Amino acid sequence: MTTTTPPITTTPPPLKGKAATKAIRSAFSSPVASALVVLISVLWTIPTLGLFVNSFRPKEDALTTGWWTIVTSPHFSLDGYKAVLTSEGGLVQPLINSLAITIPATIIPIFIASMAGYALAWMRFRGSDAIFFGIFALQIVPLQMALVPLQQYYVHGLTFGGVTVLPAPPGVRGTLAQIWLSHTMFSLPLAVFLLHNFIAQLPGSLIEAARVDGASHLKIFQSIVLPLSMPAIASFGIFQFLWVWNDLLVAKTFGSTDPNLQPITARMQNLVGNFGAHQELLYPSGFLTIVVPLIVFLALQRYFVRGLLAGSVKG
Amino acid sequence: MLSAFVPLQSSAAAQAASTLWGVVEAVGGFVIILVVVFFVAGRVTNRLQKPVALIITLGPALLLVLLGLVIPALRTIDLSFKNQQFLGQLDTKYIGFKNYTYAFTDPYTQQTILRTLLWLLIVPAASVLVGLTAALLMDRMTHTAVPKTLIFLPTAISFVGAAVIWSYVYNYVDPSVPQTGLLSEIVIKLGWHNPPNWLITSPINIFLEMVIMVWIQAGFAMVVLGAALKAIPDEVIESARLDGAEGFKLFRTVQIPMIRNTIVVVMTTVMITTLKVFDIVFTINNGNFNTDVLARQMYADMFVTSQVSRGAALAVVIFVLVLPLMWYNIRQLRLEREVR
Repeated sequence: MTTTTPPITTTPPPLKGKAATKAIRSAFSSPVASALVVLISVLWTIPTLGLFVNSFRPKEDALTTGWWTIVTSPHFSLDGYKAVLTSEGGLVQPLINSLAITIPATIIPIFIASMAGYALAWMRFRGSDAIFFGIFALQIVPLQMALVPLQQYYVHGLTFGGVTVLPAPPGVRGTLAQIWLSHTMFSLPLAVFLLHNFIAQLPGSLIEAARVDGASHLKIFQSIVLPLSMPAIASFGIFQFLWVWNDLLVAKTFGSTDPNLQPITARMQNLVGNFGAHQELLYPSGFLTIVVPLIVFLALQRYFVRGLLAGSVKG
Repeated sequence: MLSAFVPLQSSAAAQAASTLWGVVEAVGGFVIILVVVFFVAGRVTNRLQKPVALIITLGPALLLVLLGLVIPALRTIDLSFKNQQFLGQLDTKYIGFKNYTYAFTDPYTQQTILRTLLWLLIVPAASVLVGLTAALLMDRMTHTAVPKTLIFLPTAISFVGAAVIWSYVYNYVDPSVPQTGLLSEIVIKLGWHNPPNWLITSPINIFLEMVIMVWIQAGFAMVVLGAALKAIPDEVIESARLDGAEGFKLFRTVQIPMIRNTIVVVMTTVMITTLKVFDIVFTINNGNFNTDVLARQMYADMFVTSQVSRGAALAVVIFVLVLPLMWYNIRQLRLEREVR
């Protein structure tokens, strides 16, 4: 590894504790810095590596010796994966449930938030700024504040003093739709904020020209704004995908207790709780829990970083 | 929303197929409804055009945040002043601040709050420390893609997944047999011949759980701080170098002051996440062995041990703690926007 550090020819002005500074400076110089970076990277990778290695070791090995002994006694086996992927009550259904929760809970907010973002950015009306700020400010509400009342809403509808103002949404109770809806609601403050900021920066001349040609707002949104907003949508989409896939709290609160309807995180948490029985299967299960977000992350890291840097705080 | 599920079927494949079909139905249905609404509304051409378009585009978002956040938050505050024990209970009444005085006087809850504050003190600081070190070290290096990805990778892993990964690092077996947990193996090699059963030994288990959180959050800190470091103009760095600032002095006198605001924002962001940490503690040992934190106890109060109003009070405590942090972050974000 090389650095762009030019050779030090200038004499540094005298400072206090110069010797100390010099010592630390040399400690941070290129080869040591590289070594430190490698050290942190290795430290950060070893835990996952351990799980990965153990998931491919035979049952007896994995349960009685450390994963690092793979170096001295390299035995591999796919039995663990075979067991969790083919047996009844295995992880196939939870994985599918996770997909079934995550895909709608990512797509639906994208549409709802980009529509709202467009309305607030380009269909100015009295109070549009206040509404935008209000939605944005709702990020301060931790979703923990919403759990019990929202669950009551799904069961009983919205009531004030015994009067039902709004009935519970039909066909939602006890299904995955309850989780989609909850995730959509919780995601909107961040989603509207991110997408509004992007949509507001689209060239005004483009939208004006379309207006002059007689295009309606809905038409402009559909044919100009939505396609042009793809980078922002991708950023938010990946963020939301990872968030929903990795969520446990919403799934536990609004999801079914039926193991056949649980996402992989909830299933995994149950498995860990049941210590003893088939502990060796936890290795491949654990790896299957993390593999989908890892793939998504590695493939689309660039967009994810963009979303993060846009100032996102979620939850 | 359309029906998501047909009744449970005996065959796993059939069930999988029906689940996925539910998704296709839901997403397809949602898109079809949008297309139809857009088509019908597109016929409106007179003065009503803008109001109709506004209702269609803004209405759903407003309705959902109202139903999902505003009203529930107000209700939770209301609930925290009642004596509701289980969900759906009807004969509840207001009991003033009793749930709050309980939270701050009950020894167990006091412990929980103190422990949460300990998390808040340690995890954000440690995450920023690791993230900042990595970002500074890599700022002027080439070929950093691989280490960056490796350190950032845990961000994509769920708290549950991370808890599983680390519970194997912390795995305990009798010291006389071959070790399966890496931590025990290392300390035994270093000469500590009978290490404790890590995850059930208080107080060390608290810190070991914190390590998991730091492991997840450090990558986030590194990426955001790294971007801030990159944004420092080259001229600033160059002129500082001409003045003799190199290595650690450059970090201390030029780079760190220039990204101070970002450091604070990362710190508050990690604090907010930490405050709501639930999954790690829940998965590792469900808050037993003196590891409980606010978000986990709140969940248990609400949905397990039938003390809904007490849980609501804890939720409000979390809210009150989050409030100043969020307020700071939002203000910082707005300031940044004005500068641009």
